[in-house]
Amino acid sequence: MAKNNGSNSMSKALVRRETMAGYAFMLPSLIFFLGFVIYPMVQCVFTSFFDATMNREDIFIGFANYVELFQDKVFLGALKNTVIIVVISVPVTCIFSLWVSSVIYDLAGPACSAFRCIFYLPVVTGSVAVAVVWKWMFNNYYGIFNYIGTSTGIIEKNINWLGDEKFALGCIILILLTTSVGQPIVLYVSALNNVDQSLVEAAEVDGATKFQCFWKIKWAQIMPTTLYILVITTINSFQCFALIQLLTSGGPNHSTDTIMYYIYYNAFKLYRYGYGNAMGVVLAIIIALLSAVQFKMTESK
Amino acid sequence: MHMKQKQFNRSTCYKIISVIIIAILAFTFAFPLYWIIIGSFKTSAAINATTPQWWPQEWVLDNYRKLFSRQVAALWEINIPFTNISLSGPDVPAAIRWLLNTVFMAVAAMLLTCITSAMAGYALAKKRFVGRTVVFSLIVCAMALPKQVILVPLLREMASLELYNTIWAVIFPIVGWPFGVFLMKQFSEGIPGEMMEAAKIDGANEWKTFYTIALPLIKPGIGALAIFTFINSWNDYFMQLIMLTSTKNLTISLGIAKLQAENATDFGLIMAGASLAAIPIIVIFLIFQKYFTKGITMGAVKG
Amino acid sequence: MKKRKFMALTLSCVMVCTLAACGGKDAGADQTAANPAPAEKTETPAETPDAEKPADTQASAEAPSDAAQAADITLWTYPIGSWGDSATVDGLIANFNAVYPDIKVTVEYLDYTNGDDQINTAIEGNQAPDIVLEGPERLVANWGAKGLMVDLSDLWTDEAKSLIYDSVQSACRNNDGVFYEYPLCMTAHTMAINRDIFEAAGALEYLNEETGTWTTENFQKAVQAVYDYGQSNVGAVYCSGQGGDQGTRALVNNLYGGTFTNAEHTEYTANSDENIKALELLKSMDGINFDASIAGGDEINMFCNGTFAMAFCWNVSQEKNNLENINFEVLPMAFPSEDGVPKLCGGIWGFGIFDNGDPAKIQAAKTFIDFMANDEKQVVESVKASNYWPVKDLGNIYEGDELMTEYAKFVEYMGDYYQVVGGWAEARTAWWNMLQQIGSGSEVKTAVEEFVTTANTAAAAQ
Repeated sequence: MAKNNGSNSMSKALVRRETMAGYAFMLPSLIFFLGFVIYPMVQCVFTSFFDATMNREDIFIGFANYVELFQDKVFLGALKNTVIIVVISVPVTCIFSLWVSSVIYDLAGPACSAFRCIFYLPVVTGSVAVAVVWKWMFNNYYGIFNYIGTSTGIIEKNINWLGDEKFALGCIILILLTTSVGQPIVLYVSALNNVDQSLVEAAEVDGATKFQCFWKIKWAQIMPTTLYILVITTINSFQCFALIQLLTSGGPNHSTDTIMYYIYYNAFKLYRYGYGNAMGVVLAIIIALLSAVQFKMTESK
Repeated sequence: MHMKQKQFNRSTCYKIISVIIIAILAFTFAFPLYWIIIGSFKTSAAINATTPQWWPQEWVLDNYRKLFSRQVAALWEINIPFTNISLSGPDVPAAIRWLLNTVFMAVAAMLLTCITSAMAGYALAKKRFVGRTVVFSLIVCAMALPKQVILVPLLREMASLELYNTIWAVIFPIVGWPFGVFLMKQFSEGIPGEMMEAAKIDGANEWKTFYTIALPLIKPGIGALAIFTFINSWNDYFMQLIMLTSTKNLTISLGIAKLQAENATDFGLIMAGASLAAIPIIVIFLIFQKYFTKGITMGAVKG
Repeated sequence: MKKRKFMALTLSCVMVCTLAACGGKDAGADQTAANPAPAEKTETPAETPDAEKPADTQASAEAPSDAAQAADITLWTYPIGSWGDSATVDGLIANFNAVYPDIKVTVEYLDYTNGDDQINTAIEGNQAPDIVLEGPERLVANWGAKGLMVDLSDLWTDEAKSLIYDSVQSACRNNDGVFYEYPLCMTAHTMAINRDIFEAAGALEYLNEETGTWTTENFQKAVQAVYDYGQSNVGAVYCSGQGGDQGTRALVNNLYGGTFTNAEHTEYTANSDENIKALELLKSMDGINFDASIAGGDEINMFCNGTFAMAFCWNVSQEKNNLENINFEVLPMAFPSEDGVPKLCGGIWGFGIFDNGDPAKIQAAKTFIDFMANDEKQVVESVKASNYWPVKDLGNIYEGDELMTEYAKFVEYMGDYYQVVGGWAEARTAWWNMLQQIGSGSEVKTAVEEFVTTANTAAAAQ
C-alpha cells in the first residue's frame, strides 16, 4: 500500500484526505442507509424490550418478549414454516434451474433465449398478479387444479388447496418456486457458456463420460455462480410475504404462518409492536448469521 | 467407434426427452400469465364455470370497463414545497393513476439507488478511509434483512417525517437497502489503480476522477443495478402495503390487492387489474430482455 | 477542488431535502398546519352547531356561512350498504356541501378484509381519518378503548338521547358512559337460502317461510335433503379471516342457545356446552364445510353465483347490492335454534371521530355527522344509502319497498349486542383461528377452550 512507503506525516495527510473523500462519496448513500435501515433497526432492538402498543406509553419489560417468544407455539410454528420454505425451495430452485440450464444452454440461440425468457416471466409479472391468478387456479370451487384433478381422476373430489392444512404450505412453496427459478436459470446459462471449453475437450479426449465431465470440470467452474444463487434464493425465500398475505393470511390454523407474516400479524392485528420487534430481532440475527456464513464461503472460494 | 456411437445416441436421447419435458414445464410457467390475460376478457359466466374455458367463447371488455369505472383520481398532483398550492391534473380512472404512481416510484427509486450506490461503491472499493471495514461489514450484514423486520419502527419514522402515505415512504427504504452499494463495490474493484493515478497526476480532482475514469468503467454495472432496482421496486408489495393508504397514492400492485380484498371472487375484474399491473412491466422486460439477462449475469459474476 | 466536492455534497443534500419536501402529502394536513390561527378562531362560534335542531335546511344553510369553518376532513367508510359506493357517497356529500361549502370531505373506501390493518397503519402513521363509519365493536370497543377517539357527548344532546333507541345507545358508549359513536343505522344479520334449490330438493317443508324461522332439527334435515339432492356445497363455515364473522358466531350461538359472552359483557362464554355441541354438529354435517380459504364476502358472492345453497353472512343490503347477480329466488332466514325463536346478531353503524389533535377538524367532523344523522331530510337519505333501518323512529322510510318490508320482520329477533366486550379485536382474530383449527380436525373442546383463554386474557388486559 502506498501510504506505508511515505513518511509518517505524509501518510497521515493522505489518510485524512482519503477519509474525507471517502465519506463525501459515501454520504448520499449513508443518509439513506443509516436513516432508513440502521436507525429503524436500532429502534427495533430498543423497542423489543418494551411492551409497546398503540397510543400508550411503552412499558419496559426487559427480556419478557423474548422469553414469551420461545414459548409461543404460533411463533415456533412460524419459525418452522420459514425454515421449511427455505430448506425446500433453495435446493429445489438450484437443482431445477441447473438442470434446465444444462439442457438449454447449448440449444440454438433463439430457442435458448425463448426458454430463458419464459422461465423469467413469473419474476417480472409481479408477486401480486401472480398471487391473484394462483388463488383463482387453486380455488376450491372453480379452480382449474380441481377441474383437471377430478376430470383425470387423479383426485377423487375437490381439494381445498389453500384451505387445507395438509396442502397450503406446499402450494405456497410451489408458487414461490415458479417465481424464483427465473434468475438462477439466466445465471447458469451464462455461466455454463463461459466454462472453459479447452478443459472440457481435454477431459473428453481422456475418455471422461459426459457426467464426469460435468461434475469434475463444469461444476467446479460454476461454483461461484451456485453460491451467488444460494444467497439470493435464500433471501428471496425469507422475504416471501405477499404470497402468504394474499393467499392464506397465515392460515389455515397457522399452517402457512411465516415469521415475516407473523410480525405483520402481531403488529397490525394484535397491536403488539414490542413483541413483533422482538421477533424481528431474532429473525435478523438468524439471517445475519446465515448470510455471514454464505459470504465467508464465497470469499474462500 | 461403436461404443462412441452408442453413447452419442444415448445422450441425444436424454437431450431430446429433457427438452420436451422442459418445453412442457415452460408452458406451465407461462400458463398463469396466459390465464390472467385470457381471464380478463371472459364473461362472468365463463369465469365461474366449473368446466374452465381454455379459450374464451365470448370476448368481452366488461371487466376492464368495471375496473375503470370504479374510482377516479387526479392524473397527477404536485404540491409546491413550503406553500399550500397544489396543482392537479384531470380526473382519470384510479387504476391509471396507480400505474403512473408505480412508474414514478420505480424510476425514482432506480435513479436514486444508482447514483448513491455508484458513488458509495466506488468509495468503498477505491478509498482507504477510516472506518471502511466497519461500514462494509454493516452493509453485508444488513443486505439480507427482510424489510418486515423493521416494519413498525420504519412506519413510526415515516410518520414523524410526515412522509407516511407518500410515495417517498416507499422509495427511501429501497434506496437505503445496501445491496446496490455492495454490487457497485464489487464492480469498482475492477477499476485499474494506474488509471486513477494517471488522472490524479493530470490534476483531476476526486470528483473528476470518479466522473471521467470510474464511471465509464462501471457503467455496465450501473445498468445491471438499474434493472434490478426497477423490477424490485415495481414488485415491492410489502413497503407499499404498509406506507400507502389514500386511493390516489396507491401503486398498481396495491390497487390489485385491494381489488381482490373487495371482490374476492370476481376473478374477471381481478384479472383485468392483474393484466394492467403485469403487462407494462412484461413489455419493458421483452424490449430490454437482452440487457436484463446481461445485467443479471454481470451482477452475479462480479458479486 | 474543495469547492467541487462541497458542491457535490450540498447538491446531494439539497436533492434529498427537496425530494422529501415535495412528497404528495394530503393537502388537508398541510393547510391546517400552516394556518392554525384561523382554525382555532372558528372553534367558538361552531361550538353551538346550528344544525342541531334544523327546523328546515334553510335555517341551517344560513348559519354556517358566518361560522366560516373552513376545513378539510377525511371520511373512511366500510362497505355499509351503498356507503361503500362512491357514486352514492358523492351524492350525499354534495348535499352536505350545498349547506357547508367550506368543509371539504375526502372519502376513502375500505373493505372488511384489510380495512382494519389499513386504519391501524394509518393511526401509527399519524394519518388516521377524521371520521370513520363503522360499528361500536371498532369505534367503542377497539379504537375508543385505546383512547384514540373523540368523546361525542356534545352530539348526544338530551334530544338525541330521547330519540335514539336505548339498546343502540348503550352500544355506542363504553362502560364509563363516554360516547364514541353517533349511530346512523342498524340491521339484524340473517342468513339466506337459495329457495329454488331448496324447493327442488324438497327441503322447504322444514322451514317456515312466513316467519323466516326454523328449528335446529329441521335445519339439519333441510341441509341433508339439499345435500342428497346433489348440491355437495350446501353452506360453508368460512374462516379465512374475520370478515363476516357475525354470521358464524350467530350460527353457532343459536343452534343450541349458547351465548358469546356473559350478560355483563365482561367474559367470553363460547366454551359453553351449547356452543361446543353446536360446533360439533356443524363439523359433522354433510354439505357444511369449514372453509379456511374464504371469508364472509367471498361466501356472499358464492351464494349469489349459485355455488352455495345458503349464506350465513347475509342481510338485506347484501340482497339489494347483488340483485343483478342473482338469478334465483333468495329466501332470507333467521338462524336455526332449538325452539325456533332466534337471537339475531345486530349491526349498528355510525360515525366516530379520530382525535387528530386539530379542534377545527374535529368541529367540522361533528358538523358533518350532525348533518348526516340529524338533518331531517338528510338523515332519511343517509339511512337509505345504507339499506338498513334508522336508529330512531323516522316513520316508515321504506314505504312500498317490498324487500325492506320482507326483511323488517327480523328486526324483532335482535339479540344482545355483545360486541362491546373487552378484547374484541383479539377475540375476533382468535375466533376465525379457532374455526380453522376445528376445520382441520382439532378437537372442538380444546380449540374452544383455547379461544376463550385467549379472548379472556385480552379482555382482562384492557
